[in-house]
Amino acid sequence: MSKTIHRVKVVRRARFHVAIEKKYKHMKLTLKIWRQKNAGDKGSFVTYPIDGISTDMSFLEMMDVLNEELTANGEDPVHFDHDCREGICGMCSLYINGHPHGPKQTTTCQLHMRSFSDGDTITIEPWRAKAFPVVKDLVVDRSSFDRIIQAGGYVSVNTGGVPDANEIPIPKRIADEAFDSATCIGCGACVAACKNASAMLFTSAKISQLAMLPQGQVERMSRAEKMVAQMDAEGFGACTNTGACEAECPKGISLTNIARMNREYFAASVKSETV
Amino acid sequence: MSWVTKTLSSTIGRKLIMALTGLFLILFLTGHVSGNLLLFKGDGGEAFNIYAKFMTTNPAVKLLSWLTYSSIFFHVIFSAWLSWTNKKSRPIGYGVSTPPSTTVSSRNMGILGTIILIFIVVHMQSFWAQMHWGDLPIVTYEGEQYKDLFSIVSFAFQNELMVIGYVVAMAFLAFHLSHGFASAFQTLGLNHAKYSPAIAVIGKIYCILVPILFASMPVYIYFTQS
Amino acid sequence: MILDSKAPIGPLAEKWTKHKFNSKLVNPANKRKYEVIVVGTGLAGASAAASLAELGYKVKAFCFQDSPRRAHSIAAQGGINAAKNYQNDGDSVFRLFYDTIKGGDYRSRESNVYRLAEVSVNIIDQCVAQGVPFAREYGGLLANRSFGGAQVSRTFYARGQTGQQLLLGAYSALSRQVANGKVKLYPRTEMMDVVTIDGHARGIVTRNLITGAIETHAAHAVLLCTGGYGNVFFLSTNAMGSNVTAAWRAHKKGAYFANPCYTQIHPTCIPVSGDHQSKLTLMSESLRNDGRVWVPKTKETAEKLRKGEIKPKDIKDEDRDYYLERKYPSFGNLVPRDVASRNAKDVCDEGRGVNETGQAVFLDFRDAINRDSEDAIRARYGNLFDMYQQITGENPYQTPMKIYPAVHYTMGGLWVDYNLSTTVPGLYSLGEANFSDHGANRLGASALMQGLADGYFVIPYTIGDYLAQIGPAPVDANHPAFAEAEKGVKDAIQKLLSINGSKTVDYFHKKLGHIMWEYCGMARNAEGLTKAKGMIQDLKKEFWKDVKVLGANEELNQTLEKASRVADFLELGELMIDDALNRNESCGGHFRTESQTPEGEALRDDENYAYVAAWKFIAENAPEELNKEPLEFENVKLTQRSYK
Ligand SMILES: Cc1cc2nc3c(=O)[nH]c(=O)nc-3n(C[C@H](O)[C@H](O)[C@H](O)COP(=O)(O)OP(=O)(O)OC[C@H]3O[C@@H](n4cnc5c(N)ncnc54)[C@H](O)[C@@H]3O)c2cc1C
Ligand code: HEM
Ligand code: SF4
Ligand code: FES
Repeated sequence: MSKTIHRVKVVRRARFHVAIEKKYKHMKLTLKIWRQKNAGDKGSFVTYPIDGISTDMSFLEMMDVLNEELTANGEDPVHFDHDCREGICGMCSLYINGHPHGPKQTTTCQLHMRSFSDGDTITIEPWRAKAFPVVKDLVVDRSSFDRIIQAGGYVSVNTGGVPDANEIPIPKRIADEAFDSATCIGCGACVAACKNASAMLFTSAKISQLAMLPQGQVERMSRAEKMVAQMDAEGFGACTNTGACEAECPKGISLTNIARMNREYFAASVKSETV
Repeated sequence: MSWVTKTLSSTIGRKLIMALTGLFLILFLTGHVSGNLLLFKGDGGEAFNIYAKFMTTNPAVKLLSWLTYSSIFFHVIFSAWLSWTNKKSRPIGYGVSTPPSTTVSSRNMGILGTIILIFIVVHMQSFWAQMHWGDLPIVTYEGEQYKDLFSIVSFAFQNELMVIGYVVAMAFLAFHLSHGFASAFQTLGLNHAKYSPAIAVIGKIYCILVPILFASMPVYIYFTQS
Repeated sequence: MILDSKAPIGPLAEKWTKHKFNSKLVNPANKRKYEVIVVGTGLAGASAAASLAELGYKVKAFCFQDSPRRAHSIAAQGGINAAKNYQNDGDSVFRLFYDTIKGGDYRSRESNVYRLAEVSVNIIDQCVAQGVPFAREYGGLLANRSFGGAQVSRTFYARGQTGQQLLLGAYSALSRQVANGKVKLYPRTEMMDVVTIDGHARGIVTRNLITGAIETHAAHAVLLCTGGYGNVFFLSTNAMGSNVTAAWRAHKKGAYFANPCYTQIHPTCIPVSGDHQSKLTLMSESLRNDGRVWVPKTKETAEKLRKGEIKPKDIKDEDRDYYLERKYPSFGNLVPRDVASRNAKDVCDEGRGVNETGQAVFLDFRDAINRDSEDAIRARYGNLFDMYQQITGENPYQTPMKIYPAVHYTMGGLWVDYNLSTTVPGLYSLGEANFSDHGANRLGASALMQGLADGYFVIPYTIGDYLAQIGPAPVDANHPAFAEAEKGVKDAIQKLLSINGSKTVDYFHKKLGHIMWEYCGMARNAEGLTKAKGMIQDLKKEFWKDVKVLGANEELNQTLEKASRVADFLELGELMIDDALNRNESCGGHFRTESQTPEGEALRDDENYAYVAAWKFIAENAPEELNKEPLEFENVKLTQRSYK
């Protein structure tokens, strides 16, 4: 189905690859963590040695252990975002050893300590982008994503008065492809991974989903124009088609979405009513 | 803002300019390399000089060359504009950046392009400016007078540094195009399971073949004319 | 006190239509003069906020996550029920109603459940119109699957991410209203209290989680759509931030809390792997269609397994106990959630659990793979197997999965009448936060249905009736009640920060979870519950003496957030115990060991317990007052479940 040019050359990291069973109960690690008191603070890396980490722990459980220790010692625990810990809410957002969500193509909360080895040094940073300012430690403000959706990521129907759900058949292939785009969890790893801090993968996923479905047709053009304009206004960068976003996206959102967004945007610019 | 400036100043619109000018330059390079193949003819430069005159005097070619100049111009200007925006969008960088799973070329298009730009300036100054305003020896074929650009080229490529410089520059071009070729199609929205693999393959062939052909010219002249 | 459900009289099928007609309407020009606060942006909150804003009300929407899109509804996997009868297999509004009442073990209100079934069909239409990409057949029409507790295929789904897709639909509708200026969003803002004036809810107190600012918001009505409280058990399938705070503070301001002890425990979750465990992950129930549940026949074999001396495949068939197939020959591995959960606990309590902690049973696909091939199993469950492997590091194609029950859903919640109004006028509760519709046990794929029914199709009608009656005069934001509530919140926070004890918040939360799981989990009895009550009271005292909350209020302070939530869980836990003690019968998710059939199945006591237990807060550390809403069944016959 949707293959992309970049799939050909980007070496994709295995999604669910599990290393040969290595089980430890007591890994020793060195953590280098970005600490920043608040948005105004300059911030710096602080090194924490940590012991007794088991390979069964999730990465965030390892962070919990650290925080329990810090609290016990009267030090401010490391703040980071997380909620579902199931890989679906998109809240967790750690940049680990040079990769958003760490060395596997998954969310931070679904990363497990068996991906690391005894004695490793792990560097943990917040997402870095002008449009994602740091709030505290590893927590960033991603409300720019909400504003992109508010600019047009919806179908303007009110509650009630809609046609029967089976009134418009949608070919399964289209529905499936729209679903693929719709699985974006809005985590921002694409922005974090991109050398330009571009939000094209995120924005294009929503534009694509609605451009493919019959329900999205009415506002198709204005949606593309408005969402792209908002994306630019938020201060995200442009796309150099490096494919870093696709390679790091925990939901495997593909670059075909960006190509489609570009088409939608060009068509809208030429054809839409707005002058 | 009119819709044109609005579109073309958006990040996607700016990329559109990059892709269109880039593709036009690819077309130009195709023409340029085919014409220059006349250097290999071994006729003392006759065919090449006739071609060079045609290229500088024919009105249709004039139009094309202006398109080429403006393509380079806009490609460079927009690349600078984009690079500036991209730089600004991440004011504070990461402490650790392991090589991500992307190609070196795609991450360094600006540097590659800048080197190509320097090359273009040197190149234009050595040959193009000479052809237009320089004091070139005149040769006569079948009663008509031609500027002997071939002799200038032959002379220039006696210099090892010049030859090496050209070969290296072509290597950079190859890297620029190894990403740029397919990337331009992606920018234009042309990404489809049916034809994208073909674009990727053609791009790979192109980015190797054309720079090699260009690079082979100074090398050939260096070894045959000395 | 006998509670009045305000359910309209008349034939079941006409109640809602009649009620809508009899409700007062707000003049369209007046709607913009009304302000409504919606706390929570899950399916219930987002759909309500969007729908009310579309009608013209001025809405403020609050959530504690950084974006409304991250509410825990996002995590629902399986699907959403609706009585569309697209499959022509005999479904109808009445059948969905009947299945839900029966599934809830006859502890829910007929009128509400019927309305739920009635509007379920509109939900699917609405979501499709928003661009929700439900699964489809090759002909382009919507696909359905079957789910536990029903004999028809009425579940709509979007792969294993139905909740995500539905929530993103509601979030998009909400976002549209934000863009229109009709909804003002307050993400990373936690509701800390309800403000009541003359007995009516007139606003809330919030804490800005970034700056710590304590603020008040005035409105004509307040909607609590704040989700379930499963995290009282510390470990559950809920998100880390899911909490009871909003509902609990409302409870303390006069809203009755109904059936707090009704908890759903899901049988197929990934077991706890150690003390570090922070949450549990659900594996879809569909796995039980092909997986066989077993443990070793003897304790000794289980012991060897736990020590790693033998591998599961070394255990011969005759040494395995396929206990569900043995005990329930006709339903086998497909018995309902509560039965499967309880049996897993029993065999583990006997010392036959199979992982290092002794708290797991096998779910084995060996026979299915031999029968249908590995590829066939991969096609059916590939993504679930991948997820399992990613979390546990074990390959379930080669070695049996390990599963264990986990807390998943709370049927109890704020008591609401037919209008979704709590006992405090002007204060409404929607979604999992209220107690309505699911009785003592929720059927799969019905929570999403209820959340969206409440938000899209019920509250827009019922709130109008109230608002029309109180009139559009602005709420006085300077009323002393606001300052007073604000002060209360500030004092409570200062108190937490000033204790500076020696134990972390998680220490208390884990301990509470342990007590609840042990004594108020899958099986409960008077002795255990009484003991647990004392333990919780002690724990609560210890908490307020010895908890360690670092930092200040005026910053992002995740420890402080957690501490204030755990403080509420401690109080809720005690009420759950009281409720479980009071209900001396077994029904749905509530199993009292004193009340079982000779075969060990749950035994209801309809004579004495066919009521909703709604608890009224009296004072700190004082017993709560029990109020009853009798349940009358005019349209269904009460029967005893049997899965033999
Ligand atoms: C893993 C899992 C799988 C499930 N699968 C299914 C399924 O397949 N089918 C099905 O029907 N049901 C399923 N359920 C149940 C269903 O998902 C939930 O019951 C339902 O989504 C709850 O929706 P809600 O809107 O009531 O609350 P939630 O979605 O939990 O939203 C709560 C909202 O309240 C906010 N909030 C809470 N407290 C405060 C506060 N103090 N201040 C401010 N804001 C606050 C939160 O920020 C959030 O926005 C599943 C549940 C889980 C956990
Ligand atoms: C003959 C010479 C050149 C050719 C054929 C060429 C071709 C291309 C092509 C096809 C692209 C891809 C466009 C896209 O992704 O849509 C590209 C990108 C780029 N080019 Fe060139 N180029 C040339 C010279 C230059 C020069 C001189 C510069 C600059 C100084 C330059 C800088 C760039 C940059 C920075 C990009 C990446 C833009 C981005 O995606 O952010 N190029 N080029
Ligand atoms: S496109 Fe992928 S990486 Fe980007 S926000 Fe969506 S899920 Fe995250
Ligand atoms: S915490 Fe929800 S995706 Fe990681």
